[in-house]
Amino acid sequence: MGSFFKRITIGLPYFWLCILFLLPFLIVLRVAFSEPVLAMPPFAPQFDLSEGWQGFVQSVSQFTTYNFQFVFEDSLYTNAYLSSLRIALISTLLTLAIGFPLAYGMARSPMTIRPILLMLVILPFWTSFLIRVYAWIGILKPEGLMNQFLMSVGIISTPLRIYNTEIAVYIGIVYSYLPFMVLPIYATLEKMDYSFVEAARDLGCSSIGAFWKITARLALPGVLAGCFLVFIPAIGEFVIPELLGGSQTLMIGKTLWSEFFNNRDWPVASTVAIILLAILVVPIVLFQNAQARATEANR
Amino acid sequence: MTVRGFSFSAPFFKPDVPFMKSLGSTRRSFTPWLDADAKPYISFQNVTKKFGDFVAVDNLTLNIYEREFYSLLGPSGCGKTTLLRMLAGFEEPSSGEIFLDGVSLKGVPPHKRPVNMMFQSYALFPHMSVRDNIAFGLKQAGIAKAQITERVDAILKLVKLEEFAKRKPDQLSGGQRQRVALARSVVLRPKLLLLDEPLGALDKKLREETQFELMDLQQDLGLTFMIVTHDQEEAMTMSDRIAVMDKGTVIQTGTPAEIYEAPNSRYVADFIGTVNTFEGKVVEKTDKMTTLLGNDGFTIEAVTTDRSALTKDKMAWFSIRPEKIKVSRKKPEKQTNAVEGEIWDIGYLGDMTLFNVKLDSGTIMRASVLNAKRTVDDPIGYEDRVWLSFDPDAGIVLER
Repeated sequence: MGSFFKRITIGLPYFWLCILFLLPFLIVLRVAFSEPVLAMPPFAPQFDLSEGWQGFVQSVSQFTTYNFQFVFEDSLYTNAYLSSLRIALISTLLTLAIGFPLAYGMARSPMTIRPILLMLVILPFWTSFLIRVYAWIGILKPEGLMNQFLMSVGIISTPLRIYNTEIAVYIGIVYSYLPFMVLPIYATLEKMDYSFVEAARDLGCSSIGAFWKITARLALPGVLAGCFLVFIPAIGEFVIPELLGGSQTLMIGKTLWSEFFNNRDWPVASTVAIILLAILVVPIVLFQNAQARATEANR
Repeated sequence: MTVRGFSFSAPFFKPDVPFMKSLGSTRRSFTPWLDADAKPYISFQNVTKKFGDFVAVDNLTLNIYEREFYSLLGPSGCGKTTLLRMLAGFEEPSSGEIFLDGVSLKGVPPHKRPVNMMFQSYALFPHMSVRDNIAFGLKQAGIAKAQITERVDAILKLVKLEEFAKRKPDQLSGGQRQRVALARSVVLRPKLLLLDEPLGALDKKLREETQFELMDLQQDLGLTFMIVTHDQEEAMTMSDRIAVMDKGTVIQTGTPAEIYEAPNSRYVADFIGTVNTFEGKVVEKTDKMTTLLGNDGFTIEAVTTDRSALTKDKMAWFSIRPEKIKVSRKKPEKQTNAVEGEIWDIGYLGDMTLFNVKLDSGTIMRASVLNAKRTVDDPIGYEDRVWLSFDPDAGIVLER
């Protein structure tokens, strides 16, 4: 009896993962090896199960790797991947540069106001992500709030062109993903015993030296977690470059969108997605290794 | 000056207590504080530390001498840790000044002070091995690699942790961690070592062993130790002198024996060990003897230890330790310093037996009797009537 329930409790998450993650993935993988056709659904071959095993084999034999060749040969996709990687990397570093001091300040603030600060970090999640990104258009556009303010103060005479550039994308990603950076770093810093820093100071470290040798080093698991939590979704980001980046900003999320919805080329779109996944597997595995090491170290 | 081992003649007579005899054995014959010419090594001068409205240390003046083992003893929140942290440089005094070897420590950051601290939590860097933890300060000081290895090896041997050099702190037992923390703080050969509750995290048996190890280490290395503790037994065992603190001020400074046998106030008497305290009125006072009429209905004759503040007809406390009270069935010959009561509680501790005796006034008085023999001819039992008596030199009269 006990073992039955045990199997159910362990089995449920696996069942969940199979239905909601593995199965869709297999469908996308299968579409990536298909050909585009003008039909509904717009790809071939379809599995014709009425002809049984024979029909299945027949269908599988029609699978093609043409889409992969196409995506690798066309520099549009390669550029989109590289551009995505670059934007995600720069955004991650920017988020870290802003997020670490924020998390540090929170962790070193009086115990009584920490929950409030934590609330403030999470507060943006209470509004729709889309609306928040939209709001940035109002701030960044040439006649937007930011330019109006800077011109009225007299810092600039002509509006800054930020909207519809890559800079707007950086701002959007840093803004949207900042909590994902702050929270894990805050968690590690808050747990850290401050007497480590005092001990380092006592043993001859300057305050900057103690920060690098102790605080930054002990916060490393949190920093890594934060970086991956920002980097991984930022690579595939679609909404932010679409709304803020304008037409020049090349990101794989946008390419994916236009393949699916503008070109209705599901096989190529699926191929782009599969390759993106393959690229992401590297940082995800690295992330999991880092996590495992962190838990190991904390044991 | 620092003679290894124990000396059995305490060579001091407190100047303001000319009548007092020697107060039992002390750890070593080392009494620079009695030498008027001796220069204090650490000197707190009118130091006050406030945190907002809270006064943690209140206008405190304190001198500590080189090679002294000095304890700050007091309940939590009495300011003893703040005092230590001000010496280490983690807190700056709100007013007043601290001198180390004649040099003011004002504005000197922690890493530039020739002082090291052993933290209560040990604060061993979790990401470094034992060896790296110990070598940390030496690396900071820019010492050559070969020399670092040599010094770390030497200190590892001293604290008997050679085999554990490669382990991380979380792979060590509590006692081993304590020794790593100690090694890390002494490897820099600081002029002064501060120890914040160094034995607080150890179990009782280990604590007792480590007390003696610490004392030996202090003498071997010739360091000045300043230790914060709330454990009076620990302070008594290890210290040359103890400062008993309360609410940011030092109530009394003295050798363990002085603190125990000649407390200057009821607070100190109560804080150190167990004590019976009676209230009484001074009926007669000479240079040698003070006579009190106790509120519990018996006359107390005690050796005068104080010549000024207490005068005839004033109310005073009389404090006496349980081990200095005799318990007998027979009425003592002397009329004074004797009182009758009923056995209320008995605690058998092995080495001694505790008797809680309810006096006819209702006060409970505690006496402890050393079990010098294995057997007792006529054991005292519950509800027995007994007489409690003591010598004039057994208790002390304290100002109210």
